[in-house]
Amino acid sequence: MAATTAFPRMTRPRWLTFPLLIGILLILFWLIATVAAPWMTGYDPLDMVGRRLKPPSWDHLLGTDALGRDVLTRTLHGARHSIPIAVTVVACAVAIGAFLGALAGFLGGFVDTVIMRLVDVTLSFPPMLLAMAVAASLGPGLGNAAIAMVIVWWPVYARLMRAQVLEVREREHVEAAIASGATQTRVLTRHILPLCWTPVLISATMDLGQVILLAASLSFIGLGATPPTPEWGSMISDGASQFYSWWVALGPGLAILTIVLGFNFIGDGLHDYFDPRSK
Amino acid sequence: MNAAPPLFEVRDLRVAFGRNGVFAEAVRGVSLHVNHGEVLGIVGESGSGKSVGMLAALGLQPEGARVTGSVRFKGQELVGLPRRTLRHLRGSRIAMIFQDPLSSLNPVMTIGDQIAEAVFLHNPDMSRKAVIERATDLLALVSIPQPDRRLHQFPHEFSGGMRQRVMIAMAVANDPDLLIADEPTTALDVTVQAQIMEVLADLQARLKLGLILITHDLGVLAGHADRVAVVYAGQVVEQAGVDDLFARPGHPYTRGLIASIPDMTIERERLFSIDGTPPALGRLPVGCAFNPRCIAAQDICRQTAPVTTGAPEHTAACHFAFQTVEAAR
Repeated sequence: MAATTAFPRMTRPRWLTFPLLIGILLILFWLIATVAAPWMTGYDPLDMVGRRLKPPSWDHLLGTDALGRDVLTRTLHGARHSIPIAVTVVACAVAIGAFLGALAGFLGGFVDTVIMRLVDVTLSFPPMLLAMAVAASLGPGLGNAAIAMVIVWWPVYARLMRAQVLEVREREHVEAAIASGATQTRVLTRHILPLCWTPVLISATMDLGQVILLAASLSFIGLGATPPTPEWGSMISDGASQFYSWWVALGPGLAILTIVLGFNFIGDGLHDYFDPRSK
Repeated sequence: MNAAPPLFEVRDLRVAFGRNGVFAEAVRGVSLHVNHGEVLGIVGESGSGKSVGMLAALGLQPEGARVTGSVRFKGQELVGLPRRTLRHLRGSRIAMIFQDPLSSLNPVMTIGDQIAEAVFLHNPDMSRKAVIERATDLLALVSIPQPDRRLHQFPHEFSGGMRQRVMIAMAVANDPDLLIADEPTTALDVTVQAQIMEVLADLQARLKLGLILITHDLGVLAGHADRVAVVYAGQVVEQAGVDDLFARPGHPYTRGLIASIPDMTIERERLFSIDGTPPALGRLPVGCAFNPRCIAAQDICRQTAPVTTGAPEHTAACHFAFQTVEAAR
């Protein structure tokens, strides 16, 4: 076609794969929604703005729910709850897990045994079950659900970090640093830890999606967000009781699908970028 | 000779690795010494215990290793010293250079930061500006062009020879008295080897360093060492001044090593080699450790371990030390 020559040839760097591009676009969209949700539709997520259970129309692109609230507005507002929670949970889990894992790997011996047995005990429960138990005992609310998820998630990073520290610790530059008189703390913080972050970063990106899914699951069974909050899990729960009004659950369902997919694509892309062997 | 103790003296050093109470000795009673400003070459095959022994002498033995014997630095006993005291010695008074300069440098720190760290560790009161100035001077000292620009680069931007120069710069950062170079040129190609040896020799002479040069290449020692200790299976089998060693090797193993150096003036089908391989850890033969590979081995060699004999300046551990192969037969 002659038209193709009218545009300059699009070039993209090798690391920017098609899935990674999709992932970035999806996450970008949800980040914008997090910031700009109030201005993206003309409705308020908590207001009854139309007749109840109206199918999608030009006024309500994703219809209205059982209380006559606009589903699209609520879905976009859902990002304001899910994304900060996911980021907080993963950040806390990485901080706790990486710290303890690094200590276990570096110090070894008794400290290692204590920390790793704690990790084993925590990981021996199915994550959903443990999160449910903790969230239920703390009471409903997104904050408590977040605490429960941190408790479920930190051991993953502790293991990852420990394995990484054990590997890097044996490298020759660490021995060279010790031979030049560096202190234990200095060896750990300057010569071991900076080389340990890559797998943690990749894993954390993927886990952002998983945490959103877990948060929604907890809300779905009533252990997370409390009713008027436009949280995706509880919205799907509402939709489940309105089976023939399919649009009620469609919005939050699509939201969870796209955001988890987006984080996984980005995680995969990071993995390929940092670890060329896997290509 | 003066009565002052040698700069660095190792006596009957033993390093054993064990599991469940069963120990195998990798270093079996090594004794040697280095004087101020002297170059001691330690030569031996891979696995002969030369690196392990020197690392253990500085308290850098692998976890689970048992170190006994005596290591004195300027008269101060190092074995059994608390970790903190050892740490202050390492990198300031005693420095080390490792075999592979790429893996010995931190890949995520700039060259400048790493040299600065070496300086800073032992001069915590120095200002940042002074530390960086010192780092620049050190790079210049090991003949790296454009040192102020090179400081901001990472190890992967340096060539192998340049990296080893950086390692040397870091090692001499605090004007040590003793430098232990563990196969400093093994990972480099031959032309670069010569340059690095030149840098080392030059610094050694200028800074009056005691230098321990660990290598498996007798040829490297010929031009650079004052004295040589030949190590086999964790023991010093021969120790002599470098010229004396080449002129009058007392131990069959040393003779074998010297014969293995390729001679460019003679046309030969095959290069000389010593048959066999060094004994595995914990599986030493009865008698002399070298007897299964020795061309002059007699019954006595298979029964009793030889004692070290000879004048103080030239010793060898062989039943037939300083005798010719023919005489031994």
